Amino acid sequence: MQQFIKQLAQENDFQATRLLKILRGVQAQYLYIPKEAIEQLAELLNIPRTQIQNVVEFYSFFHLEPRGKYDILISSSITDLMVGQEELIAYFAEKLGVKIGEVRADGVVSLNNTSCTGMCDQSLAGLVNGYAITKLTKARIDEIVENVNKQLPLDQWARDLFDVQDNIIKPDLLLNQKPTQGEAINATFARGLTETLSEVERSGLRGRGGAGYTTAWKWKFCSEDEGICDVSVHQQKQRYIVCNADEGEPGTFKDRVLLNSYADSVFEGMTVAAAIVGATQGFIYLRGEYLHLYEKLEGILQARRNANLLGKNILQHGFDFDIEICLGAGAYICGEESALIESLEGKAGIPRNRPPYPVTSGYLGKPTSVNNVETFLAAANIAIHGGEWFANLGTAKSKGTKILSISGDCAKAGIYEYAFGTTIQTILNDCGASDVLGVQVGGPSGTFIANDEFERKIAFEDLATGGSFIVFNNSRNILDIVHNFSHFFAHESCGFCTPCRVGTSLLKKQVDKIVEGHGSAGDIVALEELCQIIKNYSHCGLGQTAANPVLTTLERYPELYQSMLKKISYEPGFDLDKSLETARRMAHRDDAHAHLAQVED
Amino acid sequence: MSKTIVIDGKVIPFEDGQTIIQAATAAGVYIPHLCHNPKFTPHGSCKLCTVKVNGRNCSACTFPAAKGQTITNITKELNDDREKITQMLFVEGNHFCPSCEKTGNCNLQAVAYHLGMTDNHFPHFFENREVDASHPDVMIDHNRCIFCTLCVRASQQEDGKNVFAISGRGIEKRLVVNSPSGLLKDSDLDVNDCAAHICPTGAILIKRTGYKVPIGQRIFDHAHIDTVALAAEGASHDE
Ligand SMILES: Cc1cc2nc3c(=O)[nH]c(=O)nc-3n(C[C@H](O)[C@H](O)[C@H](O)COP(=O)(O)O)c2cc1C
Ligand code: SF4
Ligand code: SF4
Ligand code: FES
Repeated sequence: MQQFIKQLAQENDFQATRLLKILRGVQAQYLYIPKEAIEQLAELLNIPRTQIQNVVEFYSFFHLEPRGKYDILISSSITDLMVGQEELIAYFAEKLGVKIGEVRADGVVSLNNTSCTGMCDQSLAGLVNGYAITKLTKARIDEIVENVNKQLPLDQWARDLFDVQDNIIKPDLLLNQKPTQGEAINATFARGLTETLSEVERSGLRGRGGAGYTTAWKWKFCSEDEGICDVSVHQQKQRYIVCNADEGEPGTFKDRVLLNSYADSVFEGMTVAAAIVGATQGFIYLRGEYLHLYEKLEGILQARRNANLLGKNILQHGFDFDIEICLGAGAYICGEESALIESLEGKAGIPRNRPPYPVTSGYLGKPTSVNNVETFLAAANIAIHGGEWFANLGTAKSKGTKILSISGDCAKAGIYEYAFGTTIQTILNDCGASDVLGVQVGGPSGTFIANDEFERKIAFEDLATGGSFIVFNNSRNILDIVHNFSHFFAHESCGFCTPCRVGTSLLKKQVDKIVEGHGSAGDIVALEELCQIIKNYSHCGLGQTAANPVLTTLERYPELYQSMLKKISYEPGFDLDKSLETARRMAHRDDAHAHLAQVED
Repeated sequence: MSKTIVIDGKVIPFEDGQTIIQAATAAGVYIPHLCHNPKFTPHGSCKLCTVKVNGRNCSACTFPAAKGQTITNITKELNDDREKITQMLFVEGNHFCPSCEKTGNCNLQAVAYHLGMTDNHFPHFFENREVDASHPDVMIDHNRCIFCTLCVRASQQEDGKNVFAISGRGIEKRLVVNSPSGLLKDSDLDVNDCAAHICPTGAILIKRTGYKVPIGQRIFDHAHIDTVALAAEGASHDE
C-alpha cells in the first residue's frame, strides 16, 4: 500500500490541493480510505491528518469502512421516487442479497441511496463505482445483479446500461449555435478585451447558477487591481476562472448536456473570461456524479491544447491559459461558490465568510471568478455575436434565454431553451404535461407553484431558476415532495452553522412527524417558526433556502397540513412506542401490552 | 473619530478593519455571542451574534463595520430568535447543567439565562456521544461540544500546535483530536495550553480541579454574561 500511495501522491506533485483526486484513487483501489493511508498522506502532503479525516468524512463518496467491490448507489431524488424508486431499490437489495446501506458479507457488492445524480429525464438512475447508470427497470436490475454475481469487470457490462441521452427537445438562441473552434477567442481579440467586456455588459447576461449576479460586473471586479480596472494592461497578479459544474440541485441536468455536447463553447467562454480578467489558470469543478464525462472532457481539452486554443500564446494573441478538471465527491454544498473553492483547495466544502468575496480573494486567496457552465456558454456566443443579439430576447431585468431541465409528470422530459418571460403554461404545453397539480421551479431550494399560477413567468423578477423544472400531476401528494426535499437538505447541510446544521435536522423530524400522522395543533406553528429561523439566520444559500419546500407549500395548502393533524392539543416529538422497540426485542415480546400509547386519542 | 456606526441608536466609533462586534465591545455594547473570542480570528458559525445591519441579518463577529451602518442588536425579535438558536445547541448535544462541572462558569448556560431561556423547546436528539478521559490532565466530554472551534483556533493561533479539528458533515459533525489513535493522550496537548482552557462549555475540562470553586461562587452566579464579557473582552481589545 505504501508504494501505491506514494506514487499517487507523486503523480499529483505532492500538492495538498489535489487531496480529493488522490483520495478518489485510494477509494477506488482499496474500496475505502485506510487509516494508514491517511497517516502516510498527511506526511507526504504536509497537512494535518485531521484535514484528511475531515475530507473523508465530509464527502459522500469517501468511506472509512470498505464498500463493496461494486458500489451501487441509487438516486433518491423526487423524480426517482415518482418512478417507484423505493420498490425498485428494495427489489435490487433482495436480488443482490444485501441490505440498503450495507456491504454484502462476501464484500462483492454494496448498495445505498444517494442524492439526485442529475439524470431526472432518465430515471431511475444510479451509479456503479461512480459511473452513471440510467432507466433502471427490474429487467435492467436483473442484468446488473447477474454481472455483479459473475464479478464481470465494469468495461464488459452492456454499454446501454451506461447510456446517457441528451434529450434536447427545444433548442433556441444558444443551443442552435455551433460556432467553430476559436471563433469566440478570435472575435474577442479582434474587438478588444475592454470592448468585449462592454458587449457582455450590454447583453445583460446574469449568472445562470441561480443567484443571477451580472456577469460583466463579476469579471470587472475580478480584474481590478487596487480599484483600477484596465483589462488591456493586466498586472502580474495571479487570477483564476472557475466553471461551476457541480449541478447538484435536484431536477437540474442541463449542465450535463452542455458539457456533453457544447463543451468546446463552454471552454471557449472560460478562455474569453480568462483573457478579460487576466487569468492564466482555469478549473472546471465537475460533480463526482458526472464521472462518465471526465475522459471525454479531458480529450476535448487535449484537442484544444493541440489546436493552440489552450496553452501558451493562444492563437498568437500573446495570452496563456489552461484548464484543469477537478472532480467533486458527493456534496451538494460544493456548488456554493466559496465552498467550491475550499473543495478545489483540497478541503471540506464549507462556505467562507463574506466579505471578502471570491472576486477579490478566492482560490488560494487570489481573485477568482466562479461562473456556471451555461453562463460561459452564453458568454462565448455573446463574444461572437455581440450584446444586442442576446439582449433582444427576454424581459427588462432578465435578458436572453434560459435553458431548463424539465422532468417529472410530462410526456417529454429533457432540455428546453426559452426566452426569459415565457409563462409556465407555455412550457407545460410544450413538454406535454396535463392534469397538473403544481410545478417545482428552481428545485427544492426554489418555489412550488400551484395550478392557479401558471401565468407566472420564468424571469429573475418573477420565478428565478437555475434550470430545475419538475412537474407534478394530481396523483402526487405534496407532503411526499416536502418530505423528500427536507431529507435532502438535512443530508446535504455542511453543518458549519447552528441554524442550518441543527435546524434542517429538526425540520426533517418535524415534517416526518406531521407526514406520519403524529402532528397535533401546535405543530404547524412550530414548523413555521423553525422555518423562519433556518431561513433568516443561516450562513449560506443552502440554509437560507432549505425551508422553502415547507414555506412555499404551507402558504398554498394550509388545509392540507391541517388535515394531517390529530385532534389533540399536544403530542410530543418523542415516539414512546418506537423507543420501546429495543426492550421488546430483548424481552422477545410483541403482544398488545408491550405497546404503549403515549397520549390517549 | 470621524467614522461611526449606530447600534440601537447609540453612535459608536470604529476603525477600518474592525468587525461590528469589535467596535461594539470597545464602546461597551454587548452583542450576544458564543464562537467569538477577540483573541482569535473570527469564525461565524454559532450565529448568536446576528444583528440587523440596515435591515439585513449579518454576523457581527465577521461583518466589517462600515460607514452608514444602522444596526439593531437588542430587540425582542432578535433576542427571541437568539434564544431559539441557543435551544438548538442545547437539544443537539446532551447538556445536563445540574450535573456538569462547568455550571456557573459556562458561557452556553449563561447566554441561555441572559436570553431568558426556560426550556429546550425543541425535541432532544439524544445522540450517543463519547467521553475521552485518556489524557492525564485534560478530558473531553463530547456531549457538550457546540463546534465553536475555539479550542481549534486557540491551539493553532496561541499554542502553536494543531491539537483539535472539527470533522464530518451536517449533524454528524464532531470534534476530533490530531493524534494517530485519535485519543487526547497521544496528542501533544499540555494542560497549560490555551486550548485546554478556552472551551465556552463543559466539553473540555481540566482533571482534578472539579468543584474547587463551589457552586454559588462561580462567575455567572453573580454577574450576567454581558457584564462579564465586556469586562474581559473589552480589556483584551485594548491589549
Ligand atoms: C447550496 C448552493 C448550491 C449551489 N449550486 C450551484 C451549482 O450546482 N451550480 C452553479 O452554477 N451554481 C450553484 N450555486 C450558486 C453559486 O454559489 C454561484 O452563485 C454561481 O456558481 C455563480 O455563477 P453565475 O454567476 O454564473 O451564476 C449554488 C449556491 C448554493 C448556495
Ligand atoms: S447554511 Fe447550512 S450549508 Fe450553509 S454554512 Fe450553514 S450549515 Fe453549512
Ligand atoms: S470542545 Fe469546546 S471549544 Fe472545542 S469546539 Fe467544542 S465547544 Fe468549542
Ligand atoms: S459569535 Fe458570531 S457567529 Fe458565533
